[in-house]
Amino acid sequence: MRRWRTLALKSRHLLGLEGMSKEDIELILDTATSFKEILERPIPKVPTLRGKTIVNLFFEASTRTRISFELAEKRLSADTVNFSKATSSVQKGETLKDTARNIEAMKIDMVVMRHSAPGAPHFLARCLDVPILNAGDGAHEHPTQALLDMYTLREKYGTLEGLNVVIVGDISHSRVARSDIWGLKTMGARVTVCGPSTLIPVEVDAFGVNVNYNIDEAIQDADVIYALRIQMERQTSGLLPSSREYHHRFGITQERLRPLKKRVTIMHPGPINRGVELASDVADGEHSLILDQVLNGVAVRMAVLYLLSGEEGTVE
Amino acid sequence: MSKKNGQCESLVIQGGRVIDPGSNFDEEADLFIEKGRIKEIRSRKTQKSSSRTSMPVIDATEKIVVPGLIDMHVHLREPGREDEETIVSGSEAAMAGGFTGVACMPNTEPPIDDGSVVRFVLRKAESTPIKVYPVAAITKGRQGKELTEIGDLVSAGAVAVSDDGSPLSDPEIMRRALEYTKMFDIPIISHCEDLSLTSRGVMNEGRMSTLLGLRGMPPVAEEIMVARDIALTEYTGGRLHIAHVSTARSVELIREAKRRGVRVTAEATPHHFSLNDESLRTFDTNLKMNPPLRTARDVEAIKEGLADGTIDVIASDHAPHSIEEKEVEFDAAPFGIIGLETTLGLVLTELVEPGVFDFSAAFATMTLHPAQILGVEGGRLQKGEKADVTIIDPLKKWTVAVHRFKSKSRNSPFGGRELTGKIECVIIDGVTVFRSQN
Ligand SMILES: [Zn+2]
Ligand SMILES: [Zn+2]
Repeated sequence: MRRWRTLALKSRHLLGLEGMSKEDIELILDTATSFKEILERPIPKVPTLRGKTIVNLFFEASTRTRISFELAEKRLSADTVNFSKATSSVQKGETLKDTARNIEAMKIDMVVMRHSAPGAPHFLARCLDVPILNAGDGAHEHPTQALLDMYTLREKYGTLEGLNVVIVGDISHSRVARSDIWGLKTMGARVTVCGPSTLIPVEVDAFGVNVNYNIDEAIQDADVIYALRIQMERQTSGLLPSSREYHHRFGITQERLRPLKKRVTIMHPGPINRGVELASDVADGEHSLILDQVLNGVAVRMAVLYLLSGEEGTVE
Repeated sequence: MSKKNGQCESLVIQGGRVIDPGSNFDEEADLFIEKGRIKEIRSRKTQKSSSRTSMPVIDATEKIVVPGLIDMHVHLREPGREDEETIVSGSEAAMAGGFTGVACMPNTEPPIDDGSVVRFVLRKAESTPIKVYPVAAITKGRQGKELTEIGDLVSAGAVAVSDDGSPLSDPEIMRRALEYTKMFDIPIISHCEDLSLTSRGVMNEGRMSTLLGLRGMPPVAEEIMVARDIALTEYTGGRLHIAHVSTARSVELIREAKRRGVRVTAEATPHHFSLNDESLRTFDTNLKMNPPLRTARDVEAIKEGLADGTIDVIASDHAPHSIEEKEVEFDAAPFGIIGLETTLGLVLTELVEPGVFDFSAAFATMTLHPAQILGVEGGRLQKGEKADVTIIDPLKKWTVAVHRFKSKSRNSPFGGRELTGKIECVIIDGVTVFRSQN
């Protein structure tokens, strides 16, 4: 029987990775290692959060992240309540404030929240007295995605220190990019962003990243290429001429990877637009960690839920 | 003559530091008011002790006595949103903030685009001592298509026309409005924003919008329209007043236009010289306004513009919103904050105390200049003028408590902030209408 140290994150909530310390990130990744062992057992379930009720508030459609969280909660034996409601930016009906009041009345222990508006979980954190876990707020942050990405890379390389990571695609609208940049920088990786200049936000150097509009230059010395999903609506809003031109200039193909000196690891937060961000043979190739990301997502989310719950846990 | 009850007060304000920017007067003096007008200002230089008098006395020792403050940019929400503010509640807030006059913007429901609405506003304003100056819409229904009956609106009492709340995209309409208003010598108050560049934006575009993932409104969206409106004003010979200047480049454009002799004036809000977009990290919806908070560099440029006279006026852009409307996600919240009750404190704390400019220059932006731009009485402390007077304790420190505001709304980002400089007393037409409670 192994007993964990009673450990807590410095913050009560997980709203983002901006400002999160290296120690806190390491604590989450180390804790996730223990949970990943559990996931590999014949009965992958522990009683850690038995009796706790977690609500998954999804104000924006997301199958993958919601399933990953639900699975993590079930593996920890928590009771879960799902609340899905796609809202437009113009709100109708019940306000977020009212939703918060209802949660309060229902005596829920923790909230996992996905919302299209940046800062929505921060708003909820001000209204509610329970830990809030941000499962993606607009283009702002998606901390558990970045944590699972870092976990996956650490598993492969042992450390993130000194890794060259190139994030390719729509940086402007990507919460994944923002959280990954914060986390990777804190852990000592070097980050370059690459994409069409209309999709690189102004003053992006504020993140401490390099910018390169030329993919072939950007990946010269890369250890990892992290391709982001391109939303098709970027074409109609005048930010991209076509997905064909995007693929031509920024798509990751074998032809592009072949001349490189180093073996490059391929990652993607999913779902992939095959033939746009990644050629199929790259997405499914031996250097792709995309499926590892999915499995690790459950372990990392278990770790975060556990650490935020304030429970003292044991694993047999 | 006070319109409140017809009483004509006579009184003397003794021993204060009387500052009248219009005549460069800045001396310890006794100010005599008779029948609602200023009868005499007797300097203490010629007479050391208090003037003996049988009139009621207000002791203003160690206080500052200035012309009644005028806020030329407020939203009073009546008619249409009386739950957020009314002409009466807005006037109460204005008096508590040291104002004796306010100009109210036309984006009401119905809008002030017709003489009858101007008359409605003025009639409502009769139940308060404050002088309310209606600003009318430039186009019918604020649709940006056809000019309103500006002649009729001016006859009814409008002091200016403005597109605030629904910026004029069509330069042809702006050109005709600038030409047409020449007949009445009223300014066009322009909210400079190219809407196609700000669509769905909620904050300044820059380093902070990039970090926060919020959609940005680029500074150039304002600057393009400042440049356009200056060019049209220069071409037509009209009169332009640029509302709530918020970017460094806008200040430069106005400075340069003034140098060329273009008939342009400008205003800045207290929030644009005291806050920057770094504060948005909290996602507090009371930091969401239009134009948005800009960068620290822009804040410095606004201060420089105020110091060198490029920006003539400080106006609050008082924009009340209900708590329910503001207690939502940042993207969903309406733009605007209230400011009538914090303007003076912010001016003294953020501008006068650090030495951006002196008392006289500071008060010019809230008295003489708005009165001149709007062509209304007041803004001066001189013999024969209407006795609109504000008395201020310039050293008194106080903490902003939003729940104590006279305004019906609470949407201020300054709650809890300590400010220096408090309103002691407000006199309109010789009648004391506000005295601080302590
Ligand atoms: Zn405006
Ligand atoms: Zn306004």
